[in-house]
Amino acid sequence: MIDSLFLINHSGDIFLEKHWKSVISRSVCDYFFEAKEKAVDPENVAPVLQTPHHYLISIYRDKIFFLSAIQTEVPPLFVIEFLHRVGDTFLDYFGECSETVIKDNVVIVYELLEEMLDNGFPLATESNVLKEMIKPPNILRSVVNTLTGGSNVGNTLPTGQLSNVPWRRAGVKYTNNEAYFDVIEEIDAILDKSGTTVFAEIQGVIEACVRLTGMPDLTLSFMNPRLLDDVSFHPCVRFKRWESERVLSFIPPDGNFTLMSYQVSSQNLVAIPVYVKQNISFLEAGSCGRLDITIGPKQTMGKTVEGLMVTVHMPKAVLTVNLTATQGTHTYDLATKVLVWDIGKLNPQKLPNLRGSLSMQPGAPKPEEYPSLNIDLKIQQLAISGLKVSRLDMYGEKYKPFKGVKYLTKAGKFQVRT
Amino acid sequence: MFLFSLVCSGEIFELKAELNSDKKEKKKEAVKKVIASMTVGKDVSALFPDVVNCMQTDNLELKKLVYLYLMNYAKSQPDMAIMAVNTFVKDCEDPNPLIRALAVRTMGCIRVDKITEYLCEPLRKCLKDEDPYVRKTAAVCVAKLHDINAQLVEDQGFLDTLKDLISDSNPMVVANAVAALSEIAESHPNSNLLDLNPQTINKLLTALNECTEWGQIFILDCLANYTPRDDRESQSICERVTPRLSHANSAVVLSAVKVLMKFMEMLPKDLDYYGTLLKKLAPPLVTLLSAEPELQYVALRNINLIVQRRPEIMKHEMKVFFVKYNDPIYVKLEKLDIMIRLASQANIAQVLAELKEYATEVDVDFVRKAVRAIGRCAIKVEQSAERCVSTLLDLIQTKVNYVVQEAIVVIKDIFRKYPNKYESVIATLCENLDSLDEPEARAAMIWIVGEYAERIDNADELLESFLEGFHDESTQVQLQLLTAIVKLFLKKPTETQELVQQVLSLATQDSDNPDLRDRGYIYWRLLSTDPVAAKEVVLAEKPLISEETDLIEPTLLEELICHIGTLASVYHKPPSAFVEGSRGVQHKRLPCSAGSGESVDSPETSSTAGVSDAPPAVIPSQGDLLGDLLNLDLTPTTTGPPPPAVSTGMQLGAMDLLGGGLDSLLGGDLGGNPAIGAGFGAAPAAMPASFGAPGSGGLDDLFDLGSGVGMPMGAYSPPKSVWLQAMKAKGLEISGTFARRAGVIQMEMTLTNKAMSVMTDFAIQFNRNSFGLSPAGPLQVLTPLSPNQSIEVALPLNTSGPVMKMDPLNNLQVAVKNNIDVFYFSCQYPISMLFVEDGKMERQIFLATWKDIPNENESQFQIKDCHLSSDAVSNKLQGSNIFTIAKRTVDGQDMLYLSVKLTNGIWVLAELRIQAGNPNYTFLFPLPISSRYLLESFSKIPLIFFFL
Repeated sequence: MIDSLFLINHSGDIFLEKHWKSVISRSVCDYFFEAKEKAVDPENVAPVLQTPHHYLISIYRDKIFFLSAIQTEVPPLFVIEFLHRVGDTFLDYFGECSETVIKDNVVIVYELLEEMLDNGFPLATESNVLKEMIKPPNILRSVVNTLTGGSNVGNTLPTGQLSNVPWRRAGVKYTNNEAYFDVIEEIDAILDKSGTTVFAEIQGVIEACVRLTGMPDLTLSFMNPRLLDDVSFHPCVRFKRWESERVLSFIPPDGNFTLMSYQVSSQNLVAIPVYVKQNISFLEAGSCGRLDITIGPKQTMGKTVEGLMVTVHMPKAVLTVNLTATQGTHTYDLATKVLVWDIGKLNPQKLPNLRGSLSMQPGAPKPEEYPSLNIDLKIQQLAISGLKVSRLDMYGEKYKPFKGVKYLTKAGKFQVRT
Repeated sequence: MFLFSLVCSGEIFELKAELNSDKKEKKKEAVKKVIASMTVGKDVSALFPDVVNCMQTDNLELKKLVYLYLMNYAKSQPDMAIMAVNTFVKDCEDPNPLIRALAVRTMGCIRVDKITEYLCEPLRKCLKDEDPYVRKTAAVCVAKLHDINAQLVEDQGFLDTLKDLISDSNPMVVANAVAALSEIAESHPNSNLLDLNPQTINKLLTALNECTEWGQIFILDCLANYTPRDDRESQSICERVTPRLSHANSAVVLSAVKVLMKFMEMLPKDLDYYGTLLKKLAPPLVTLLSAEPELQYVALRNINLIVQRRPEIMKHEMKVFFVKYNDPIYVKLEKLDIMIRLASQANIAQVLAELKEYATEVDVDFVRKAVRAIGRCAIKVEQSAERCVSTLLDLIQTKVNYVVQEAIVVIKDIFRKYPNKYESVIATLCENLDSLDEPEARAAMIWIVGEYAERIDNADELLESFLEGFHDESTQVQLQLLTAIVKLFLKKPTETQELVQQVLSLATQDSDNPDLRDRGYIYWRLLSTDPVAAKEVVLAEKPLISEETDLIEPTLLEELICHIGTLASVYHKPPSAFVEGSRGVQHKRLPCSAGSGESVDSPETSSTAGVSDAPPAVIPSQGDLLGDLLNLDLTPTTTGPPPPAVSTGMQLGAMDLLGGGLDSLLGGDLGGNPAIGAGFGAAPAAMPASFGAPGSGGLDDLFDLGSGVGMPMGAYSPPKSVWLQAMKAKGLEISGTFARRAGVIQMEMTLTNKAMSVMTDFAIQFNRNSFGLSPAGPLQVLTPLSPNQSIEVALPLNTSGPVMKMDPLNNLQVAVKNNIDVFYFSCQYPISMLFVEDGKMERQIFLATWKDIPNENESQFQIKDCHLSSDAVSNKLQGSNIFTIAKRTVDGQDMLYLSVKLTNGIWVLAELRIQAGNPNYTFLFPLPISSRYLLESFSKIPLIFFFL
């Protein structure tokens, strides 16, 4: 099981360590630093490393490496999932997951880690349960605590840990009972030069925010559940009912949680909302190149495309750009060679265009690679797969809750090759 | 704020005062400060007594903080830690289960022997606590204690209590008990801690649905170790595990995949459920690929195994493996690997388009691998070869240095797979000769030039240009250059004589590399003795390389499938290869599929058989000397070891061969002493391995002295051995031996038909061989051979066939034909078979010849532990046509002078010294023996007399 955890910042300082078994010297991280050195980019450090006596499994998120040292044969996914859970918990407690905030709340962090893992076995990773035992910091409470001598640690046995619904605590009370669901879909797509779809799929999640009194039992049904290719559920969802009736039946956790995630990968169902006409060329001789990008709507289901943004990683040899955009603003970062064109709303009558010249390092050879375009966009009130919630029913409680469903489509990894 | 202040003595003092303060709040803040310093690695152990004093409190948070501190420092202050024991024991009795659990949990984390002793009683109580929260905490505590003191845990009977917890009513307790037992079991590989039977399995499956995600992982991993009794049980487990595929936690999903992949083996393939299950496996695996990159990486490594085992699962999912430009490099490389594995005729166009796209990316490692992948596609999918080649040519036109080099390396492999098809591109390749700076690419290019020397007008110039810097090249390039120039010479002998001499002298005289030198000598010798033979050897047809060059070996793959989701699956190595301290990890095996009838055509068995039948030829990889040697292809059908350097000095060679021969000669039969063989020390080292092999019995069995004088005289004949295996010859098995009966050499064979159909029309043919052996008549198999029938055939041989030196000398390559196919095998005949009956030399001639031989040519061998009299030896040898010409006795030492004549007229003389009472015989071989008129044949077969 997981023996030790090291938190390492961007520049390679270990700013926190926690050992659940015997202490493992931090010198073990040297192997990791070696790999980090070799990988150049922090994103490229292999997640599983082997050292003479330990295995190092790490994740990189929010500019922090979560590095765990283990000594026995442990499923690496188990460790990686757990590390992400640690990151999620920090985010949940402190609003962000950064070196500063972790250092400021080091005692809470320590208490959390102690509570999350016992001898390397996960103990309590549900945020509801943790929050019952260790209160998240907030200014009001710390003032109250100082005045009354109260504490951050709950004094009761966390009920959720033992009940059949460990994700929900007993005795929840709200004056306003509400249940909101956000259906968020991300389009992952690769388009080739000519605009043909090479690969496209939709990753969807249903994020829920449920504040309901007591032990409500909810049933969420869809108009067209057969769309979904693969689903994974929050543990609260009764799988049997999904199998037989294609409805989501569950006792919800309290607060925010991800109810389900799903995937739609049948190509013909994945609509591509925009098309991109682009031409990026570098002249063989001379030190310049040309760039011309136009974006237009394709399958938008009558909705407006917003938050449109194009990101281009230019070859190293591109020194500066001299471009004009008919809409939005563009910036070129000289250090990272990233061109960002922030377009905003897409107007079908007047298509946004960005064109101009690229000036290259004199004498540099013609770049071998062509930069891919990364597209960002948002479409409100539309699930691009066509998924629709038909109704939400509540059993087990008497009151009438507010209910709401929102839809949002975003670009995930949406790439256009040039 | 306080974080980065130094813990100087002043601060310690201050903290001390605060810790001892009366105010609760101040105390707590002080402990917090201490903890904060501790977490950043500062030493605050000096405060131990003060902190421990704060432990007795009803404030839970303060208690927890103190516990945190204790866990960290108890080890360094064991005496002080004892002070805490009382509080722990008291807390274990606390009415609040949270406190009880916390106490037992913390105690387990304090790795101090003195404390552990006190832990046993509270732990025992907690394991039986009424509150499941305490029980589950206690279960983990047993694992902790086991880690500290395994003996104690066993003595106290905690393991049995833990086993009982598997049947607990609370799923979380079950899960933790399983987790604890699994961890303990890892250090006791042979203990039956997790003794799984259908009842416990049922309990685990019930708990699986109700426990936390982490508990599910433990339970699933534990389930994977179970072997169901039959396919029905297997199916019911699969049905209950399948819902886990929809879990949000990827580790749960992968562990479920492991269980399913393993238990699927037992399901009959024609079952509907089997197909359903296959279909259910793909979507969750695909979903794993949309997770964080680290998760993707582990998933991809596992998918790599899964597609090798069951390609049908992912065959329609090619697109999810397409690479995005912002994937981390480790994900890109894994995706590429899987793309090649999934490439088939149906999707090859898409794959190629993608690969071409990748070849223009920025990352050098990735681009290289992409180019290599194009080559692998060409070899794997024949229909695509042409497109692959043209794609590669396009890439070569980019003139990007590393792309060109990779492309050339893979084109070489394509040439080997499809000879005489794409040679038109050679001209393009030659244009890039100068830009090659990597050894592998240079070697590949040289190979191409050598192989197609006749089509490249200036091949000699090209190769000569490489030759200039011969000594600066890497071994790989040097070897390839040597071979290429020899090929060139054999193809265009007139213009290139100088070149070949130059390279041979560079390789043999100026090089320190034994491989290079040996290869140089082989070629030199070949070319100088028999250019025709050299041509046949060097320019022989090469076996085609096959597509799957990097498949994991099937038994390893099976083992890895059992380890899906673990570190082993990420490293693609069995756990035994890297788990620390070799705890004797048991090798896991997939269960056999049920129903013996259909097991024959299940993909598992057929794929396994397929691979063992014809191991995929390996593309000679970079720097791989063995690969290079294979590249030589000395003989078309045998894959024996390459010949040792024969020309490095006759004397030495003779020694070795003699040593080897005599070594095994006595090893088997004499006196039954197993240590005899060792008596010859270093001599056999350079011996061609096949001489020692059973059935090849040269002199070895011939001497057979141990079996007594009473035995009927006659030439020795080794027992039959299998020459041709049924599985390699479509059911025809041939075993056989050679014998000399009444002056006629006979090949005695047993043909067995292990196929389902009748075999007829047998015929036999020999390849040219060292002694010109050839069948004296047709193979007499008159009746058709029905299934499972055997027939004995004796084929008389004569020695008038064409002669060609073989390696080893007594190697014989045979082709047998029947109505089904032609099969090839090679066997080795005992040299003694060739000793003719009129091998008794005239005394006078013997004496004269013996005297003619200079003393320095003598070599000696000892045969140890021989207990026969000289007469008995003489009789025995005569039976094998080794004749005693004279016998002398000097100082109690018998000296036998022996002569032997081979079928091709070569004489061999020897002296055998036998000292009475000394079981060690000495053989003396004067070399070269023989009459002058045989010199001519010597030069043709220079090794012949080494045999005795």
